[in-house]
Amino acid sequence: MISAQLPALQVVVPLIAAALCLVLSRPLAAWTLTFLASAAAMVVSFLLLGAVMDSGTIDYAFGGWAAPFGIAYRVDLVNAYVLMIVSTISTVVSVFARASVASEIEKHNQGFFYTAWLLCLTGLLGIAITGDAFNLFVFLEISSLSSYVLIAMGSDRRALTAAYQYLIMGTIGATFILIGVGLLYALTGTLNMQDLAERLPDVSGTRTARTGFAFLTVGLGLKIALLPLHLWLPNAYAYAPSAVSAFLAATATKVAVYVLLRFVFSVFGVEFALGAMPLAIGLAILGAIAVLSASTVAIFQENLKRMLAYSSVAQIGYLALGISLATPAGLTATILHLFNHALMKGALFVALGCIAWRIGSSRLQDFAGLGYRMPWTMGVFVVGGLSLIGIPLTAGFISKWYLVLAALEKGWWPIIVVIIAGSLLAVLYVWKVVERAYLAKPPEDATRAEAPPSMLIPAWLLAIANLYFGFQTHLSVGVATRAAAELFGIAP
Amino acid sequence: MSDSLLTWIVFTPLIGAAAVLLTGRWPNLREAVSLITGGVLITQVTQLISPVLAGETPSVLLAVPVPGVPLALQAEPLGLLFALIAAVLWVATTVYAIGYMRGHGEKHQTRFFAFFAIAISATMGVALAQNLFTLFLFYELLTLSTYPLVTHAGTDEARRGGRVYLGILMGTSMGFLLLAVIWTWQLAGTTAFHPGGILADKGSPVVVGVLYALFAFGIGKAALMPFHRWLPAAMVAPTPVSALLHAVAVVKAGVFAILKITVYVFGLDLLSVTGATTPILWVAAITIIGASLVALYQDNLKRRLAYSTISQLSYVVLGAVLANAAGIAGAAVHIATHAVGKITLFFCAGAILVAAHKTRVSELDGLGRQMPITMGAFLIASLSIAGLPPMAGLWGKWYLSIGALDAGYGVLVGVLMLSTLLNIAYLLPIPLRAFFKVDRDAPAGITEAPAACLIAIGVTTTLCLVLFFYPAPILQLIAPLLG
Amino acid sequence: MTIAGLYNYWIVILLMMTGFYVVISSGNLVKKIIGLNVFQASVFILYISVGKMAGGRVPILQEGVSDYSNPLPHVLILTAIVVGVSTTALGLALVVRIREAYDSVEEVEIHRQDESL
Repeated sequence: MISAQLPALQVVVPLIAAALCLVLSRPLAAWTLTFLASAAAMVVSFLLLGAVMDSGTIDYAFGGWAAPFGIAYRVDLVNAYVLMIVSTISTVVSVFARASVASEIEKHNQGFFYTAWLLCLTGLLGIAITGDAFNLFVFLEISSLSSYVLIAMGSDRRALTAAYQYLIMGTIGATFILIGVGLLYALTGTLNMQDLAERLPDVSGTRTARTGFAFLTVGLGLKIALLPLHLWLPNAYAYAPSAVSAFLAATATKVAVYVLLRFVFSVFGVEFALGAMPLAIGLAILGAIAVLSASTVAIFQENLKRMLAYSSVAQIGYLALGISLATPAGLTATILHLFNHALMKGALFVALGCIAWRIGSSRLQDFAGLGYRMPWTMGVFVVGGLSLIGIPLTAGFISKWYLVLAALEKGWWPIIVVIIAGSLLAVLYVWKVVERAYLAKPPEDATRAEAPPSMLIPAWLLAIANLYFGFQTHLSVGVATRAAAELFGIAP
Repeated sequence: MSDSLLTWIVFTPLIGAAAVLLTGRWPNLREAVSLITGGVLITQVTQLISPVLAGETPSVLLAVPVPGVPLALQAEPLGLLFALIAAVLWVATTVYAIGYMRGHGEKHQTRFFAFFAIAISATMGVALAQNLFTLFLFYELLTLSTYPLVTHAGTDEARRGGRVYLGILMGTSMGFLLLAVIWTWQLAGTTAFHPGGILADKGSPVVVGVLYALFAFGIGKAALMPFHRWLPAAMVAPTPVSALLHAVAVVKAGVFAILKITVYVFGLDLLSVTGATTPILWVAAITIIGASLVALYQDNLKRRLAYSTISQLSYVVLGAVLANAAGIAGAAVHIATHAVGKITLFFCAGAILVAAHKTRVSELDGLGRQMPITMGAFLIASLSIAGLPPMAGLWGKWYLSIGALDAGYGVLVGVLMLSTLLNIAYLLPIPLRAFFKVDRDAPAGITEAPAACLIAIGVTTTLCLVLFFYPAPILQLIAPLLG
Repeated sequence: MTIAGLYNYWIVILLMMTGFYVVISSGNLVKKIIGLNVFQASVFILYISVGKMAGGRVPILQEGVSDYSNPLPHVLILTAIVVGVSTTALGLALVVRIREAYDSVEEVEIHRQDESL
């Protein structure tokens, strides 16, 4: 009985929790609720993933209204995977958020903070689970609006301008998506993605279809932060509260990439999206520039949160490269990297959060000798950094392996060079921090003082996940391979 | 039985590292732990000798991180030889390090011994890797675990050295080696080391040549020019690190990897037929001569030894690229003989630093009277490196010359001879100076190095002599390879 | 249909470009939000135009009427308007906070203050 309602629960649980959270508003109660709702969403997402792996795609008609009229939820491997990533990261990071938020956000705002968190979670999960194009827009706006609020809560006043900038660009992006969806609706008379996929091939030659596709991809490009539409991202991640940076960096752009995959592969189809339209070459060029330029810019950042943000822009470039290959292997690499990148960026931002909690700064100059002052926290940072570089036995290596393999299979040598150059640049910006933390003399008055266990445990969970998924890839690679096959419409 | 033994060989040093960290508060106990771990490791490795001699290849599957690309270990003759050298010399170095680190008053000794043990674990992994992926993994671990050792001093100089070290080793391995590994997998459908190679008929001669170049330069630890700069840079490390890691474990892991890839991935037939690897042959020859010439002009003793190592490493590469039985035999023998010779030289350099606080060749006048044992050992090891009888170094050069003639490269014999002359020119003046020149205002009171250092020096010097008279065990071990 | 017959779409395009231009060109944070509103409004009109059918009636079942306008875009756009209003509210709230922090709503001035930090 319950299991039949799982798709609804996935979204409804955090939504109701958000409303409750607003009423409760006391920090501890709000946090407890956030944690419990995230954990519940995580359990639901794992059950859904299990069900999809066992018995295939799940269709769910919301409120009992069947598909063309009502809103349909449709869970296949791809979005079950994304749901799992989002809810798991939310759960782990929310554990960490308790102490971090307590130190960074005023007490009377903490209730609102957790409300916005839960709404953002609702939105992200909703985007992933829905099978209706307009519903997707609504959830996109729910997650976006709540993330503007979350970012604006950062303690630096630049958080306000960052949130404002994100709001303007995000709204333009969302409106573009709305236009795209509207044009598709005008063309086909349906908003259901499955129906769209059936009807679009007949009209794919029309100018409306192409215009709609263009609006959608540009709008999504903004949400994904694909270079050159990434301008909102570095400041937003740099000045947001630590917990928000960790949560959004690991989930928000991933969900947007999922939407792109969904439209490119499920709705429009590979032949149209990557064949007839010049998307593949566009993604390849922009992805390559993103990897190289954003990694280079990252090297010169003094604020490490900004450094990681630029690194995220670079990593999005990898995702774009994987899609641009337009092969099952490339898609596998992209889907795999969605997961692995969530793990490494989660770990790195959480580690920075621990450091900010203890020394109140995330500037490189304050990191001197931190390897001895906060050994456990820096341990997490090193593991996350190695994973970002792609050292064997870390999750990042597995991503890199599949990406290079996919590019080799296609014979795209320039892409291979870009991927390798990107990881060498990552060595530079990661090692800059490691060197400062371990080889520079700490200030005279520095003592050894770690972050509290409630922050260290989630940090280490993420670090261990980075190592585990570099070693046992049954879950990550297994699901990614099957999901890619599913998107390509080939039997796994 | 020997299957689980393989796993243990990799994990024993790791356990040792953990024990070192736990016993860090009691230095004597900590050093005892290091020594016991080394002893256990030697026993474990020697137990593999008889099955391998009997033609078995014990192997064990650890995990399968990527479908089709397992993390697996396997004992085969070359790897076993390398593991044996590293394990034996680890114990010798530990004995030496105890004397050196205490005599020199180094800080953070617990961290030092712990990372040392981890580096040995990675070396064992390189030695016993069953496939390219496993090799790559342990290769990278070796780079990372030695970085803290290189930057041990924590000074600006150490930091700069560390940058060059990491930059070149990571850059080449991620830039070329990883690509070569994945490419091999894509071409051959496997990365497993297989007698006779896995790439036969899998690619055109051009592809084979490019792939081989990617491997040769990608394995930066082999210090082929122009990717050799990391080795002199790594000399900022404490001397035991330079001795074991940068004369034996790390650099030999590099040339050993090239050797193993030549034999088990490309296969000798493929290389000798296509001739696609000739350019690498010349790169190796240039490195041999070029590094020797640079060594002539180094006044810092450790840097001179480092350039000597770069030159000698290319002997092994040369043997591998020659791709015939004598070449491979020469390369394998040279790995062993150079290891004992060069480690002795570094031990002596460290002993001079501890006892006399001298680091430059020009300061060593007259030191032979104050430190006769050390300088005597230096003389013997120098002769061995130069390849003069009755020292072990002769055999490597001997087989390499035969290999060069077999392959029709008579000019390479000339290169080897010229290199011998250069070896004599940059190494022998050091002990001669110490014994025959007199420094009038030499400070009094310089005595021999700590006993622990002398014991280690004695052992490795003896090995230089012993391996000249009894090289047979080495040749016997690698005999199955040569057919 | 003639080009003039599609005049509502021309208005959509005009509004869209006007709004977009204001967002990009104006350095005043409030004016940017006004531009954003114009931009969104154009999309609302686009949706509503799509639902309109020439000669169609209000979609309430009646005797003798066979052509109805499509009600769904109207419903969708109601939701989009709600989203738009929320965005505007949040945006303006941010502008208020920015003015408290910087004492200005001009982009150039704000940028200058952050530079001097």
